[in-house]
Amino acid sequence: MIAKALKGKVFKGLTWGRAGAHALLLFLVLIWTLPTVGLLVSSLRDKDQLAISGWWTALTTTERTEVFRLPKSDAQVEENGRFVIRGELFKQGSNRTIISFGASANSLDEAKPGDTIPLRDNGDISVSINGAYEWVSQTGFTHTRGPRLFYEAGIPPTFSLENYFEVMTSQGIGRSFVNSFTVTIPATIIPILIAAFAAYALAWMSFPGRGWIVAIVVGLLVVPLQMSLIPVLRMYNTIANITGGDSKTYLGVWMAHTAFGLPLAIYLLRNYMVGLPREIMESARIDGASHFKIFTTMVLPLSFPALASFAIFQFLWVWNDLLVATVFLGNTESTLVLTGRLRELLGSRGNNWEILTSGAFVSIIVPLIVFFSLQRYFVRGLLAGSVK
Amino acid sequence: MLEQLLNAAFTVTIGVGAALAYFWGSNWLLDRFLLAGPNVSLSQSIRVDRARSSIRPWLFLAPALLFLSVFLVYPVFETLRLSLMDSNSQKFIGLSNYIWAFQDPGFLQSIFNNLLWLLVVPAAATALGLLIAVIADRLWWGNIAKSLIFMPMAISFVGASVIWKFIYDYRGVDTEQIGLLNAVVQGMGGTAQAWITLPIWNSVFLMIILVWIEVGFAMVILSAALRGVSEETIEAARIDGANDIQIFFNILIPQIMPTIIVVWTTITIKVLKVFDIILAMTNGQWDTQVLANLMFDWMFRGSDFGRGSTIAIIIMLAVMPIMIWNIRQANKEEGTR
Repeated sequence: MIAKALKGKVFKGLTWGRAGAHALLLFLVLIWTLPTVGLLVSSLRDKDQLAISGWWTALTTTERTEVFRLPKSDAQVEENGRFVIRGELFKQGSNRTIISFGASANSLDEAKPGDTIPLRDNGDISVSINGAYEWVSQTGFTHTRGPRLFYEAGIPPTFSLENYFEVMTSQGIGRSFVNSFTVTIPATIIPILIAAFAAYALAWMSFPGRGWIVAIVVGLLVVPLQMSLIPVLRMYNTIANITGGDSKTYLGVWMAHTAFGLPLAIYLLRNYMVGLPREIMESARIDGASHFKIFTTMVLPLSFPALASFAIFQFLWVWNDLLVATVFLGNTESTLVLTGRLRELLGSRGNNWEILTSGAFVSIIVPLIVFFSLQRYFVRGLLAGSVK
Repeated sequence: MLEQLLNAAFTVTIGVGAALAYFWGSNWLLDRFLLAGPNVSLSQSIRVDRARSSIRPWLFLAPALLFLSVFLVYPVFETLRLSLMDSNSQKFIGLSNYIWAFQDPGFLQSIFNNLLWLLVVPAAATALGLLIAVIADRLWWGNIAKSLIFMPMAISFVGASVIWKFIYDYRGVDTEQIGLLNAVVQGMGGTAQAWITLPIWNSVFLMIILVWIEVGFAMVILSAALRGVSEETIEAARIDGANDIQIFFNILIPQIMPTIIVVWTTITIKVLKVFDIILAMTNGQWDTQVLANLMFDWMFRGSDFGRGSTIAIIIMLAVMPIMIWNIRQANKEEGTR
């Protein structure tokens, strides 16, 4: 009896708990994804619509008040004793509709599509739902400046890659995309090689001072980058002064990124290599294989997961970095990386969301692809780097 | 542009080639010239062998040590020296920069904000990460959820700033709001605000961005730790009549405490170093300045290397306790190996 009651209670609690857990997690997932979804949706919207309505209304028709100046009198044609000026309020194929129109800003709701209203200058005008207007007068038009027509337009949802074209070409994002790759690829590959050798020495060779070097590497893991900026910048300036070259070069930024990535690389790789089976190493040593041979033919291939983890870390870190690139590469057209460009656009085009959203999406798409396709290695690296 | 990419590819080849040539070549040289000849005594041969094996590790380590010393170790001491110099690093001025710092309203503001960030961000990110890890591990779609929540980790701080600036966007009183936050606030009957210019609250809105990025990190690490907690302990507690809440606080939390500390300290360090978000969102305006951005400001716009270095040293001092603790832990492990 008691057991049964208990069971019922537990079961009930469990279903409630389950439903609550589903709801809570769904809520959190929404908070975590909606911002990025909003960015993507916005980047594909028409820039006029983007400026006046939230992205969550992207699938509905938006309304917008617009003004059109009617043509001068020389556009008139005479038909059956009447004088007519015809035209279109909308561009061909825009799929826009007229919701209402009027002769002044205050009388926007004066007429519905198909109605006819008098214009102050002369004659009557009618506008059909697709924006075609017909302005008719019994006497000839003589005005030299067309009157204005006010209307409420319904803009249907449209999605296009237009914003992307704009940012890639005229806003410099395309150029920065190339610059980002130029910085990232060498800055990812070179530290791996240097760190792998060092990690092997720290894991499998015994020599005095090894413990000290490991401790220093662990310490350097958390040294803030800010400590290095000024001295290294001064060093680059001095070298540039002596050689007469430029202090802000790709070479400089590659070397800086290599150095800043090394502590984590050595730490991760060493921890991984230490865990490789001792027997294999020892039997290879007994067979007369040199350290160099063991390293290149056995340790490197076996360490592939750790190498991949670090490569992803370093790639994401360098691609997403703003500080090192700004300090050591500068802000000129030929060197501005994506993060720097985006930051510049935030300052200069802060309200042009069509540029910012598409620009931001271009900058995050590469890391997102890397991240989702190689998430397994990324997670493994995170765990190896943090939990000890 | 093509030329530039080719240049980069060329550098990769040269860089990798040079590194390989160095490692291979130095090894070869070592084996070649420190070779025991055919007619040497056993003791001589042993001596040569020993010399070789005491040199080889340093050949493997040399490039790494060179990079680490030039770009990380030397700068620590150099920054310390520069912090005692004037703005052009010409004249020794003692502790003047430090005295300046603690009287400068901008600096004090930054310290205050940094403390606020340190209080809020690691706690919020760790707690949310733990919550999500606990929930997601019990639901069938938990892995998808975790993957989505993890995603912001791949996004740059600047990219995240654009994403969130769009959410906080404000468009005057009478216009339709296109920022999600203001739309929600209006939908619930409130008034739209220019959130980014509202002191104290704006700092919170910037912190949300970092929390949004870091929760994924906390979640992944804590989720792995939770899986390491033995089923038997939990079973035993359940038999003893403990409910879910009790199990969570009395068994799970204490068992994964070391991991929680690691997550907490890692995020703490990130908080101390974060500057991109502030630079991109407000550039320190409306009382949002933090140390890392202030340092950048003095270094570039102020071109005062003395003050910039001083601020860097203060960030370093804040990181120091964590650094020492980490080294101790590492040494302890080394001892048990």
